[in-house]
Amino acid sequence: MNKRAFPALIGLSLVFFGVAPILIVRAPNEQEMGLIQKIFYFHFASWMAMYLAILVLGISSALFLFRRKPSADRLAVAAAEAAVVFGLMGLITGPLWAVKSWGVWWTWDARTTMAMILELILVAYLILRAYGGPGSDRLAAGLGMFAMANLPFLYVSTEIWRTIHPPTSVVPQLPVDFGLPLWWSVAGFIVLCLALLTARARLEEERATLDRLYLALEDE
Amino acid sequence: MQRLYDMSAVPRERTTVVRRWALIALCVGCLGILGAPTADAAQPTQQSAPDGFVPMDDVPAEEQLPAAPLLAAAYIVVWVIAIGYLWTIWRRLGSVEKELADAMRRVDTDGA
Repeated sequence: MNKRAFPALIGLSLVFFGVAPILIVRAPNEQEMGLIQKIFYFHFASWMAMYLAILVLGISSALFLFRRKPSADRLAVAAAEAAVVFGLMGLITGPLWAVKSWGVWWTWDARTTMAMILELILVAYLILRAYGGPGSDRLAAGLGMFAMANLPFLYVSTEIWRTIHPPTSVVPQLPVDFGLPLWWSVAGFIVLCLALLTARARLEEERATLDRLYLALEDE
Repeated sequence: MQRLYDMSAVPRERTTVVRRWALIALCVGCLGILGAPTADAAQPTQQSAPDGFVPMDDVPAEEQLPAAPLLAAAYIVVWVIAIGYLWTIWRRLGSVEKELADAMRRVDTDGA
């Protein structure tokens, strides 16, 4: 990973996150949901960042499984951790919105249940990597690809199942007043996700270098 | 009789950690089973998904107070998680870099 990429990405994300509150405050209040709708700007954006991280995880896992690229495996670990972090943001901000809009913190709706299961799959990936021992990297790669396979189902879950969660189809039709703060926030979260991926992947690379050094020392 | 798994080969700390995680997973599963009968009761009734967002000039004053703390909490949670995670990466990176420097020194000493 490029050492210069991280400061540039984190700086850019700070610019996005510095301007985002201004855009969000200026955005109109939604007629049905009122003020609480403004959670949506960070809630949706955190899921988009999670989707990106899971895409990276799935593709890297496939590259590691079929092409045996160790660098892809290191990127997969970084992406899985980032996906858990952004998923956690979504799973916490969602109930904060739901308690006002639905009157309950949590409901076993198709979308929320699928999101929870996907988060648990990612946690399972990390536990497998931490405690699985030798060979767990290939098993985890399969799990990573399985997590990616869940993404399209999660995205269309509000369209194909009966659900009270606002449908994803709302997003492309948003008026500019709502759309600008949303896409600005999404851009900020994407850049933040890339910054975290860069830093975390560097940590994995340094760990791999350390392992190689210890092996070299043992051989001497 | 031959044992399927030889646990003696696994370090003691690791088996303890695995047992701890297994216990946590079991507790989460039990909570899910206990919560399942109340899941229907938690479903909001007579409410449909909105078709789109319609702009509105003002939020009724009585509604603003309960929503504002939730909104603030959501943004604070996002910031705390992002900064907290970045801090853990920074700490782990610092520790690995220190270990790496020590190992390099050892390599140099052995080489000399």
